[in-house]
Amino acid sequence: MERLTVHTERKQLVGPGELLAEGPFFAGENTYRDGTKIFSSRIGLAEVIGNKFIVVPIKGAYIPRLDDIVVGRITDIGMSGWQVDVDSPYPAMLPASETPLQHGRDSVRRDLSHIYGVGDLMIAQVIAFDRTRDPLLTTKGRGLGKVTSGHVARITPAKIPRIIGKGGSMITMLKNETQTDIIPGQNGVILVIGKNPENESVAVEAIYKIEREAHTSGLTERVKAMIVERMKGKTVG
Amino acid sequence: MSVTHQLSPVAKLEQKTVHDLIVKGKRLDERNALDYRPLTIMLGTIEKANGSAQVYLGKTKVLAGVKIQTGTPFPDTPDEGILTVNAEFVPMASPDFEAGPPGEDSIELARVVDRGIRESKAIDLKKLCVQPGKKVFVVFVDIYVLDHDGNLIDAAGMAALGALISSKMQEFEVKNDELVFKDKIMPLPIRDYPVPITSVKINGSIVLDPCLEEEQVTSCRLTVTTGKDDRICAMQKGGLGVFTPDEVKQIVSTAISKSRDLRQRILSKVN
Amino acid sequence: MGKEQKVPLLDKNGLRVDGRRLDELRPLKLEVGILDKADGSAYIEHGKNKILAAVYGPREAHPKHIALADRAVVRCRYHMAPFSTDERKSPAPSRRELELSKVIRESLEPAIMSEYFPRATIDIIIEVLQADAGTRCAGITAASLALADAGIPMRELVAACAAGKVEGKVVLDLSDIEDKQGDADLPVAFMPKSNVIGLLQMDGSLTEEEFKQALDLATDACRRIYDMQREALKQKYHVVKDEAEKEEVAEVKV
Repeated sequence: MERLTVHTERKQLVGPGELLAEGPFFAGENTYRDGTKIFSSRIGLAEVIGNKFIVVPIKGAYIPRLDDIVVGRITDIGMSGWQVDVDSPYPAMLPASETPLQHGRDSVRRDLSHIYGVGDLMIAQVIAFDRTRDPLLTTKGRGLGKVTSGHVARITPAKIPRIIGKGGSMITMLKNETQTDIIPGQNGVILVIGKNPENESVAVEAIYKIEREAHTSGLTERVKAMIVERMKGKTVG
Repeated sequence: MSVTHQLSPVAKLEQKTVHDLIVKGKRLDERNALDYRPLTIMLGTIEKANGSAQVYLGKTKVLAGVKIQTGTPFPDTPDEGILTVNAEFVPMASPDFEAGPPGEDSIELARVVDRGIRESKAIDLKKLCVQPGKKVFVVFVDIYVLDHDGNLIDAAGMAALGALISSKMQEFEVKNDELVFKDKIMPLPIRDYPVPITSVKINGSIVLDPCLEEEQVTSCRLTVTTGKDDRICAMQKGGLGVFTPDEVKQIVSTAISKSRDLRQRILSKVN
Repeated sequence: MGKEQKVPLLDKNGLRVDGRRLDELRPLKLEVGILDKADGSAYIEHGKNKILAAVYGPREAHPKHIALADRAVVRCRYHMAPFSTDERKSPAPSRRELELSKVIRESLEPAIMSEYFPRATIDIIIEVLQADAGTRCAGITAASLALADAGIPMRELVAACAAGKVEGKVVLDLSDIEDKQGDADLPVAFMPKSNVIGLLQMDGSLTEEEFKQALDLATDACRRIYDMQREALKQKYHVVKDEAEKEEVAEVKV
């Protein structure tokens, strides 16, 4: 007789070393298997997907994944590309060949700083990353490239899904209510571009509120109410 | 800051060899799990020092020298002499040792050896007082690692012990508040003989006195220092592995009986 | 100053100077996430110990040559503030602090799943603001929480506590005066779920039997401290659960 026991409730707060289940389940993200038992390895909310246990973490560093959209900052210019800080333990590289066609050619002859300079903010996509080397980025693609205006909010990457919301519900509400465009980088860096700085700062305030209260219910309503309150007495732009 | 050590790359084949042998209950040099390598102890090799000892444990070579000089006592122990232990991992001893200030490994070794001597009260420090609060004798124990083939702590502990028991100093008395040396030589007042015994865990098995190749595949070590009446006076776990409480209790048991053996051998050198 | 007067450490009822029984822990308070800039942090008060632990990481390795190809490098600094002890302590790291930095790192590193972050570093900083015996153990207990607070994957939390011997009796959790005048001090760091010891040191004089008793006292106390650590984490990340989202715990025998 094989023992199959679930020791946790869905969305229960669990910590490192906490027993989630015993039996032929799969150990998913942020869990590990020891013999027949599955344990959590981080603080987060336990979840079951089919017969796989995962823990949705509350906090943690950004580890790049293929195809992630990230918002980063140029920190250095090299011979054939730029070093980009994406708020990760792994500094990213944007090769000159991965920028839109008109920049990519003649990169040897042209001074790369004319294209992107140190301190510039970028939206880029991760095109390569593995355990043996640092992530590679591209700015070829729609919506990618240098950012020239807007406000930046930095939250823990684990909360980005909450900013987006189920089916985009939260981020759509934020955009509509503050009349801004919001680009959430998977690395926890969020770009807010609005008609004026006041709208942008309301959106940023809302984003930090969501990060603080991510694990509570009724959040969308509360955030919306806060935004409406802030937006009163602001000129409709 | 203490930083995770860069490991000297050990060829996977060598690692596997050590593991496989241990599983069969054998070791690289045909030793059993609890056997120490051939041990040679020579006392008094450095005549200018008050005491000295050279220990060869397998190919590991450690030299310890004792110097006894006057100094000021610590405020909270005004009538006691002072013991201070230092260790040098001399660059010639290993391709991995660099010149410079002591690293955490040599500091740890010095402090573990110190604890063994200090906590067993091996030196009768009260007999080293000249004038309470003003002048006492300081016993400097300096450990020199000359050749690193594993188990430096045990070799160093035995060298320090040998140096101490072979230490001589001039008899003294206090006349009119002045330190006056007499014409006789006396031994350093030693009353216990602490011996450290180090066990290591390799792939789940526990062995004693690891050679360097065994140390390189060791997950963790536990040093147990015992005095002459089977009293444990110091212990130190090291390395990134872990021990179960039962393993610890077993290691302590073994160490106590092993230290009796080694103490015998060290004491037999003194006549 | 002169020599301290020796006081009796056990009274006629077998109670200790601070009124505790032989197997009683000093009051212990834990708080998680009290610093803003650090990725993870925790504060502990244990007896009169006041210790802060902070974690940065995983982050880029600087200088690059310390990085390991297959896992994160763990760096640990244990340091005592100059005003933390009776006599002012020089701010320069002492040999004792260097040794403790090493053994503390060796007690936490086995719990950290550092293979998830090759070529990165995880930095653990422990500052003793006020010292009252048992600082390395309290530091480990707090640092564990700081690592968890930073979201660093761990096999489990590490709890630590010292046992010792005072006037011939094996006791738990030495106070300052017991450490100074007592017969033995045995700090232990323990992972209760895995039943393994990551730090073990001892100085003093113990028979084999006394040692076994002291070790058991310390590991049992670590289990209790582990529960307090879990409670502190729950306090920090208190979740307001939507009743509709709860599901019953299922026990199925196949």
